[in-house]
Amino acid sequence: MKPSAVLVTLALFSAPILAQETVPPTQAAPEAAIEVLDESDWQDLGIAIPAFATNADVPTATSAGSTAALGTSLAQIITANLKNNGLFKPVGPETLPRPAYEEVRAPAYQTWSGRSAEMLVQGFVRPGEGNQLLVGCYLYDVALKQQLASAAWQVAPTDWRRAAHKCADLVYARLSGENPFFDSRIAYIAETGPKDRRMKRLAIMDSDGANHRYLTTGQTIALTPRYSPDYKSILYLSYFNGQPRIYIYDLERNSQRLLLQTSNPLFAPRWSPDGKWVLYSMAAGGNTDIYKMPASGGAAVRLTDAPGIDIGGSFSPDGKRIVFESDRSGSQQVYVMNIDGTDQRRISFFGGRSATPEWSPRGDQIAFTHIAGNLRIAVMDPSGKGMRYLTDSWQDEAPTWAPNGRIVQFFRTARGSGKASLWQVDLTGRNERRLPTPVDGSDPAWGPLRP
Amino acid sequence: MTDKRISVAAVLAVSLVLGACAGKAPKTMPPDPGGAVSTAATDGGRTGPVPGSQADFVARMMGQDSIYFDTDRFNIDSADMAALQAQATWLARYPAKRATIEGHADERGTREYNLALGERRANAAKNYMVSLGIDAARLNTISYGKERPVALGSDEASWARNRRAVTVTID
Repeated sequence: MKPSAVLVTLALFSAPILAQETVPPTQAAPEAAIEVLDESDWQDLGIAIPAFATNADVPTATSAGSTAALGTSLAQIITANLKNNGLFKPVGPETLPRPAYEEVRAPAYQTWSGRSAEMLVQGFVRPGEGNQLLVGCYLYDVALKQQLASAAWQVAPTDWRRAAHKCADLVYARLSGENPFFDSRIAYIAETGPKDRRMKRLAIMDSDGANHRYLTTGQTIALTPRYSPDYKSILYLSYFNGQPRIYIYDLERNSQRLLLQTSNPLFAPRWSPDGKWVLYSMAAGGNTDIYKMPASGGAAVRLTDAPGIDIGGSFSPDGKRIVFESDRSGSQQVYVMNIDGTDQRRISFFGGRSATPEWSPRGDQIAFTHIAGNLRIAVMDPSGKGMRYLTDSWQDEAPTWAPNGRIVQFFRTARGSGKASLWQVDLTGRNERRLPTPVDGSDPAWGPLRP
Repeated sequence: MTDKRISVAAVLAVSLVLGACAGKAPKTMPPDPGGAVSTAATDGGRTGPVPGSQADFVARMMGQDSIYFDTDRFNIDSADMAALQAQATWLARYPAKRATIEGHADERGTREYNLALGERRANAAKNYMVSLGIDAARLNTISYGKERPVALGSDEASWARNRRAVTVTID
């Protein structure tokens, strides 16, 4: 664990330095560049992403090698980011000419229009202050011969991939009009072993699966992690003295502690959007209720008292409402309440059972697991209207939102083997793909955009 | 004291359950209880399990160390009562013994809810044993939700065996 501990410390220290140097985009982008298209049309938007240029090929302290090698890796990561959400048709650096350093801000448009690229992403990488790296990112409309956006970031060597994610975010946000999400991380449960004795370990990774790291050894079952909004800690469930309890894993100190001391079983830990509150569910005599306590410790407030199982909970992005799950009506259904527990109302009336509600960071949708025979991921609006399925498989559960509220991740269990895998799907339900993980995975929890 | 009452109840219970043998309780060994408790090894069978040990409990319960539930339910039905009475009789005979009741759910539910459901099932079993005179302080409950199935198939028969509460005595 020692080497990775050092890595994390470096990464965290470097974070505030990121994004200092922003190049203002050229003025007056014409309105024609921001056409509103149906998402199916976007699939045809070709984006050329050649290797990033450098002024001098010098060694770097990154895992990618020299600045020239790094330039290729950056373009590859941006290509993979933009490819994997079903909106664009990016072409990566392998089959493209590498622009000279001088061309980065003055593209050879005829080269790219000849390759039927509508959009062009160029960039540079060069040594920055100290051992840091300066990465620039430019988005051009090839037909209009116009720069649409640009930015530069100074990153620590260990954080070099973040520069690629930030560039992909810049391109995605400028072209889709949505908020960015690539520069984010995912906590999940890594699973190995036979079905009746699965080892379940807490693990974390970047949104594209890179920088993967196990946090627990698997000696005790770990379940249901949630990243804190500042990425400094993770709430999760594990067993202590034979009971499910809630732990807080401190990512800066690589240590963990119990959220609170009690002999009762605790489940379903959740952060408030500002990270100041923690929701949890506690069983007492077979009855489970939802509680709220300050994340820094202190007295808990009981929010539900209905007989039965009230569990989970997800704050609306404005922090005023909580959506949760209860079987008070006889089966699992989705309810909303104020954050003080008042005005509890059921919103799911679809037949079957509705579970694990998660409020979108945009506030406009609630993702949940709908159970009617199979388990499927679905969304509805906060009043319970407009329910529609995003997936159709044997067992999909536990949705978690991308930071921009446009993509949902969940885990899929295979019939028979019980093997679990991480998946994501966009809000159209059309673009579904599996996330690469070193071993099986469940309970994904997508953190916010990194600070 | 209560011992006699339980013994009588147990005899009734055993015959009751033998009569209702075709019910929902499959005859299977309980799962290895994991790190929370230790299980005494049975030593070849020359002398049989040590009376009062977990091995003795398992041998004497003949499958009745587990009770089974319908989907999403946690009520104790007559077969469950018979099994819990047999368990209570054994516990009454060994008043120094403590036990953990493990609640489980099948795989066809969401993970967190199943943890709470397993807790509710274990608690229902505990409450019934307490009503039979077993000191509540001797009985712990723990839920594994759907994380520790005993039957590995993805079919109704396997799910029925996994919706269970298993009593494991602590050696």
